[in-house]
Amino acid sequence: MNRANGLDKPCCVKIADADRNELFASGLEYNPPARGMWNIVHSGMLLPGAHEIFACAQGCLRGVILTAAEMLELDRLSWISVSQSDMFDGTLECDIIDGVCEIIGKLDRRPPVILLYLSCIHLFAGVDFEVIIDELTQRHPDITFVDCYMTPTMRQTVSPVSKMSSQLYAALKPLPFNNRAVGIVGNDRATDEDSELVRIIKNSGCEVRDITLCKSYEEYLLLAECALNISYIPTGYLAGDDLERRLGAKHLHLPARYSYDDLIDNYKVLCSELNIEVPDFSADINLAEKALKAAKEVIGDTPIAIDYTVVTRPFELAWLLYDHGFNVKHIIADSAAGEEDSFDKLCEKCPDLMIWSAANVNMLYEPEQHHEHMLALGQKAAYYFTTDNFVNIVVNGGYYGFSGIAKIAELMIDAYNLPKDRREVLKLKGMGCASCLV
Amino acid sequence: MKNVSKIIPCYAADTSGVCSALYELGGLTVVHDASGCNSTYSTHDEPRWYDMRSKIYISALTELDSVMGNDEKIISDVVSAAHDQEPEFIALCGSPMPMMTGFDYDAVADEIEQRSGVKTIPLHTNGMNSYIDGASEAFCSIVKAYAEKKEKIINGVNILGLTPLDFPLGAEKDIRNWLSYYNFECICTLAMGASLDDVRNMGAASLDLVISQSGLAAAEYMKAQFGIPYVCAVPYGKQFSKKLAAHMANVIKDEDSFSPFVLPCNGFPNADTVVIGEGVSAGSLTAALWADMKLEARLLCTLPSPSFFTANSGGVISAEEDIEAYLKETSPKTVIADPLYKYIVPHDTRFIELPHFAFSGRCFQKDMRSLINKNIKEYFK
Repeated sequence: MNRANGLDKPCCVKIADADRNELFASGLEYNPPARGMWNIVHSGMLLPGAHEIFACAQGCLRGVILTAAEMLELDRLSWISVSQSDMFDGTLECDIIDGVCEIIGKLDRRPPVILLYLSCIHLFAGVDFEVIIDELTQRHPDITFVDCYMTPTMRQTVSPVSKMSSQLYAALKPLPFNNRAVGIVGNDRATDEDSELVRIIKNSGCEVRDITLCKSYEEYLLLAECALNISYIPTGYLAGDDLERRLGAKHLHLPARYSYDDLIDNYKVLCSELNIEVPDFSADINLAEKALKAAKEVIGDTPIAIDYTVVTRPFELAWLLYDHGFNVKHIIADSAAGEEDSFDKLCEKCPDLMIWSAANVNMLYEPEQHHEHMLALGQKAAYYFTTDNFVNIVVNGGYYGFSGIAKIAELMIDAYNLPKDRREVLKLKGMGCASCLV
Repeated sequence: MKNVSKIIPCYAADTSGVCSALYELGGLTVVHDASGCNSTYSTHDEPRWYDMRSKIYISALTELDSVMGNDEKIISDVVSAAHDQEPEFIALCGSPMPMMTGFDYDAVADEIEQRSGVKTIPLHTNGMNSYIDGASEAFCSIVKAYAEKKEKIINGVNILGLTPLDFPLGAEKDIRNWLSYYNFECICTLAMGASLDDVRNMGAASLDLVISQSGLAAAEYMKAQFGIPYVCAVPYGKQFSKKLAAHMANVIKDEDSFSPFVLPCNGFPNADTVVIGEGVSAGSLTAALWADMKLEARLLCTLPSPSFFTANSGGVISAEEDIEAYLKETSPKTVIADPLYKYIVPHDTRFIELPHFAFSGRCFQKDMRSLINKNIKEYFK
């Protein structure tokens, strides 16, 4: 099974042989054609009424412009291209200021907020972003300018997606807190209404506010009333943390988990913060158990592959499924950070489980290999292991908690019974966004 | 400002041009970049990505490696990948960050070649120019590296400048069929449907047909090195493709008496139809509209193009504000262009959509069709 023998940088390893702190050696990277994950353009469009302006090199512009074009939002994005001479002639800041002002003058409507994205080379050249924002604000006081970053070179310092999630809330201005308003922040899709998380908040007499639910800029501004903000995906942490620092709203990070005990711990923290009693989750756990059992009955011993895009804790999900009798054989992930417990349990109980790198160059030919028929959880797993039977969600799909586990189990049954047109599904960027390719 | 756009996209960048040009030749192409270049290229600039494997990767450049000038990382990573994948050659190009740090492509390529034993070609992109620059350097470099002087094949023709950025998938078959119909022998379609062996044989050609600006530098090199004349045009339409074939035959027989450019590929300056696009392609379309439909059209070149094509519009016009002003001032009745130009075309102007992958990417891919040696009357009626 392990075709890695003889390669300088193998693309797969048995979990028993893997170093959990460094699953794979770094190297050149391949980009598989599975496009469901969101990028910073998609995220920016969540802010109602916002206009995005990118200042960067042509190569970087190309991807962001066509992201907007494909999602039918081209009229919400403009750009300023940067040439080699711009970097060295001392006009870095004023070129951007003049460019933004020119664009504002040409727009058919005056946007309430402009997300201005600079790139790696600007930061490398020591651009004074503060001066740019201040000058633009002086010239256009009715518009809020937000500094945004397309800086993949700096991804190990702060990931662009994480930073974007945070900057999405940067236009919020302090408002008196409404103790009945609880924010869920940092997500690119709404949290499932059936989740215990939403239910607990609502049963406490509070309303859920979430940028993904905002229909207008005015509605967006009211997110600042939330006295409590909850994040639950890793890239959402910075958003909650920044709001706490800037507006003083309490931030709880309650990671999306696939372990029952950890979920209950999350709920205890939440209930404590809301000053309510911790409810009994027996029924919810039963629901999840029944769903997993039903899925197991349908799926049987069909091999299962899970990739890191489908949920934020793929090793934990793998353990949950293994623990419920599923034949989990493959995980595609380049890191197990934060999931050491699940990794260790899998290592002990199913040492033959294979871990695959998502971006290793030797994954290039993986789709051409013979693979036994699999059920995939995630687009990259579907692509690499060439199966049309796949669960098509990204970043937990908005699911959370026991109900989330139950719904993912239901999606597994659907995926097992109803093959998808893999090529057509995988080509669509930003899952859930409109697309001109449909 | 010339570098500002309210709404229309920019063309694919030089890094994409390199990757597109080399895609099918069996090399290992590395873009020295953090992450965005390969994602953009493989999503928006490369329609072959899902169906045809090609060893095109990024170096996954990090802030620390940039700041510390850690070139050893990319060198050892490329050597490692070459060990694992045994490419025919290695090509190395880059994005804006390596430009900022003064990355020395020639020295690094030399080092990689020495360590890996695989021919390594440095390509000096920075992500700040159009795909034409990158594809042009890539085509020229690959020809310099592999084309050999051979015994001439009478009526042997190379096609230069063929990438999916400018032509729909399958265009190489249409060109081969057209060449065959007019008794030419196709030696190499650089670089769709071509192999490195085809490149080695290019020196046997009697003529190079340059079908986009991307192929011109390679053609000029081959003219200087192998004495192969070239003609710049695309065989669009039925009548123009016939005329082009005759012109090519004449150039093969008597190079000195015939121009590399075919009239009226430079368009009709006062026509009330405008074709917007890359010079060789858009110019050939104006010629085809005249030859096949007696329709006069003029050219608006929005990309680097030979001056023959740009002379009638006063040069290359690429800024959104300039294109918009040109169309407003000259008030054409009809504009033929990529659909995403519609935002700046005057409302009362008839607009005929002609998708160009290098501009709108996948957005209108399903509507792209080859006009090579085809009846174009229905399309442009």
